[in-house]
This record gives sequence, structure tokens and C-alpha cells, in this order.
Amino acid sequence: MQNKTNDSAVYSDAAVRLFALAAVLWGVVGMTVGVVIAAQLAWPDLTLGIPWLSYGRLRPLHTNAVIFAFGGSVLFATSYHVVQRTCQTRLFAPGLALFTFWGWQAVILAAAISLPLGITQGKEYAELEWPIDLLIAVVWVSYAVVFFGTIGIRKVRHIYVANWFFGAFIITVALLHIVNGAAIPVSLTKSYSVYAGVQDAMVQWWYGHNAVGFFLTAGFLGIMYYYIPKQAERPVYSYRLSIVHFWALIFTYMWAGPHHLHYTALPDWAQSVGMVFSLVLLAPSWGGMINGIMTLSGAWHKLRDDPILKFLIVSLSFYGMSTFEGPMMSIKTVNALSHYTDWTVGHVHSGALGWVGLISMGALYHLIPRMYGKTAMYSTRAIELHFWIATVGIVLYIAAMWIAGVMQGLMWRAVNPDGTLVYTFVESVKATYPFYVIRLGGGLLYLGGMLIMAWNTVMTVRGGRAVMAPVPAVVAHA
Amino acid sequence: MDVLYLLIPISALLVLAIVAVFGWAVHAGQFDDVEREGERLLQGEPRAVDEAQPAQDAVDTETASSRVWLA
Repeated sequence: MQNKTNDSAVYSDAAVRLFALAAVLWGVVGMTVGVVIAAQLAWPDLTLGIPWLSYGRLRPLHTNAVIFAFGGSVLFATSYHVVQRTCQTRLFAPGLALFTFWGWQAVILAAAISLPLGITQGKEYAELEWPIDLLIAVVWVSYAVVFFGTIGIRKVRHIYVANWFFGAFIITVALLHIVNGAAIPVSLTKSYSVYAGVQDAMVQWWYGHNAVGFFLTAGFLGIMYYYIPKQAERPVYSYRLSIVHFWALIFTYMWAGPHHLHYTALPDWAQSVGMVFSLVLLAPSWGGMINGIMTLSGAWHKLRDDPILKFLIVSLSFYGMSTFEGPMMSIKTVNALSHYTDWTVGHVHSGALGWVGLISMGALYHLIPRMYGKTAMYSTRAIELHFWIATVGIVLYIAAMWIAGVMQGLMWRAVNPDGTLVYTFVESVKATYPFYVIRLGGGLLYLGGMLIMAWNTVMTVRGGRAVMAPVPAVVAHA
Repeated sequence: MDVLYLLIPISALLVLAIVAVFGWAVHAGQFDDVEREGERLLQGEPRAVDEAQPAQDAVDTETASSRVWLA
């Protein structure tokens, strides 16, 4: 090691470690709530009518916990890790990075209290009331300062492609949060959106779909472009394609949102615009998926031996599946069947459990031991077990929801020759019951995998200690 | 659909901003010799400072007060 270690020559990984451990914890919590609400759909009286535990209050708690607490912590941890390694410099403001950690945990805590109490703005994935929204804004601006500040003091001229994805995610989420969160407070716990009616719906789904696109896609693609090459020990299949992937994705993403409002009061042309943009998205999405998977080209045997690579590569196949399914479901005639059914729930979870969940777990399995002076987790066999349990769980989950969704869509639209409906709504609910139970089984398996991960993480951290990784001397470059 | 008078200009401004950043990236040479950048990722990340002997001169003020396993 030729470089001398001094004050500024170690990476600032404190926030990375904290966020990585928080991600595991919130993963367990968020998925547990998911299992509870899945059970409530099969057995509605499960929580004895206690209002704080009713489905309508726990469901946003589940989505907020898995997306923002689990997914958010993963994104913070990995982006702080990746930006330092690829820029070969410490974080711009390590203290501010620690503030983002505690600020984000405060947001999560506030959500965990306010949502069961029924305090909500009533906007899907943006339920938190205005005081919490303000805290999110402060944390997010700090995040942007740390991230872009670190890019600004980079020691390597080239900005690695993962950082472009992380950067786009940070900027876009800030914009979405501000525009959709605009509300007029009437009390500490109640506010009204500044938009009304269909205008509000349009803004909400402009936010909602771009949150999927930038929070749950762009950010995790940043993870993909760093951790797959690192774990596979091979450069990304085509770096050129990764750049095309980035620019194509961010140029075309912004207007897919109206596909959430097919056959509503939204003007027909706006719905069609949303559908066309959604279809266009198939191209960059599959370009990125192929690029990630082909990184293993010539080294496929690694997939057999390395369960972490299994997580990372299988997550990309789910990314490919759900980015094919999504554009198809945005076609208005398909949407006429799928909308409001459990097919949508299956689609979301194919992306959430398959893509976001598996890539997060794979990246954390790579990251956590390295943060504690080790090269591998405590138990590799436990990773392997986690992988198979999680994969079987996902397959059960999405297959059950596909069947349930198509069945519901067909039952709802079936008409007798005289024009009356063949089925009452409750008949479709009754027919869905077995699929709700199968889905619960899939969710339990997925949660079981997460518990194995939590155990493995505890054992890894207990056996290791936080290390200070030196910043390497900058190699001469063009 | 008055809200489109807000959302469409925001999107248009965003696209202009993206074009500007893209232009900067091209002119700043971000995309010269790109395949080499992919390979650089795998080059030389030195091993962590020996865990048994944390570098005394690497006193990290942000971690000094934290517990060891979180530091």
C-alpha cells in the first residue's frame, strides 16, 4: 500500500454502516407489516377491529416502511458508499451525512406513529402530513449537498455511471416531493392539497409513477451498476450502453404517470400520452437489464457458486419481467381488464420483491462484511438459503396475484345476454380467497428470508469491527 | 386540466436542464474512452486498514464517540 494513511485519507463510512444496519431492521419491520395486512385480506377480523391496526391504516404503514424506510436506507447506504469509492474521496460533509441518517430515522418514526393514528394526506405513497413532509425536505436537501458535494471534490475526473443514476434519483425525488406535497395546513395534523379533483389526481400520479421510476428504479440501477461488476469482478458488459441507458431513461420517464388514470376523468389524450411513454420505456429498461446480466458473460459459472450474484442477477430478471409487464398493462385495452384488480398488486410486487428487494439484499450482502473488516458474511449457506426462500416466495406471491387479478377482471366484466352482470362483486371476493392465502404464504417465505438475513447480519457485525478504509492514491488518468 | 400548465412547463424545463447537463458531460470529456472507465472500477481498492490495529493516525472525528461496531 503506497499511500500513507492520514486524517483525510480514510473513507467516511459511519453513515454507510448506520444506514446498512437500519435497512436490515426496517426490511424486517416493513415486511412483517406486509404479512399482517396480507393475512387481514384473507381474514378481515384478524386484528379484532382495533382501529390503529385496521387495514386502511396499516397498508400505508407497510408501503412507507418498505419503500422509504427499507429502500431509502439501502439507497442512502449504497450511494454514500459508491460515491466515495468511485470518486476516490471522502464524503463532502460527513457530519451532514450523519444528520441525514438521524433525520431519516425521525421521519420513519413519525410515520410509524402518525399512520396508525390515521393522520394522513390520503395520497398514495405521499401519506405523511405536512410537518413530516418538511422534515423530509430538509433531510433530502442535506442528502443532495453531501452527494453532489462529494462529486464536486472527486479525485477522478470521470463520474462513474452509478453516480449519474443516484444523482438523477436525488434531484427528481426532491422535485416530485415539493410539487406533490404542496398543501395548505389547517392544523398540525391536517392539511389540504393545493390541487383539487382530477388536477390533484394528475399531480398525484405524476408523482406516484415518477417515484417508482426514480426512487425505485433509477436509484437501484445505480446500485446495480456498481455492485454487480464488483461482485462479479468483471467490468459492466458495455459501459457505452450504460450511458445510453441512463440518458434514454431519464429523458423518457417523466410522462408515464397518466397510465394510472386510464378511463377516469383525465382527458383521453393525456391517458394516451401516458400509455405511449410507458411503452417507450420498455427499450431503455431492457437495454439496462441485458447490460447488467451480460456482465456475467463468459463467467456464468460464478452464478452457480456465489449466492450474492444470484440475488443480483435474478433481481435483474425480475426487473426485465416487470418492465415488460408494466408497459403491457399501460395499454388501455389491457388496462381495462387489469385495473383495480390484484394483477396490479402482483405487478408491483414483482418489481418490489423481485427487483428492489433482491438487488438491495445482494448489495447489502456485499457491503456489510466489507464495512466490518471482512470479505464475506458470517454464513454463505444462509445467503444461499435466503435466496431460495425469497425466490420461491416471490413466485408464489406474483403467480397467485396474476391468477386472482385476471379472474377478478373477467368476473367483473362478464355480462349476461340481457346486459346484467353475471357476478356480484362479493362473488369475486370469495373466489379470490384461496389466492389471498397463497399470497400470504409467499409473503411469509419472503419475510423468513429477511429474518435469516437479519441473523446473518448480527453474526457478521458481532464478529467484526468497524474498519477505516483508506482512500487510495489517485491513479494517473486521462 | 389547468394543472398541465404547471406540469408540462416543469417537464420542459427539466428536459432543458437534462440537455444542458448532457452537453456539459460531452464537452467535459466524460464520455471519452468510456469502456476504460468500466474497467477502472475493478482496479486497486486497497484492503482496509488492518482490523487488529486501527491506524492511530486515522482519527476520524465523526466516529470517535461512536461505539466500535457502529464507528
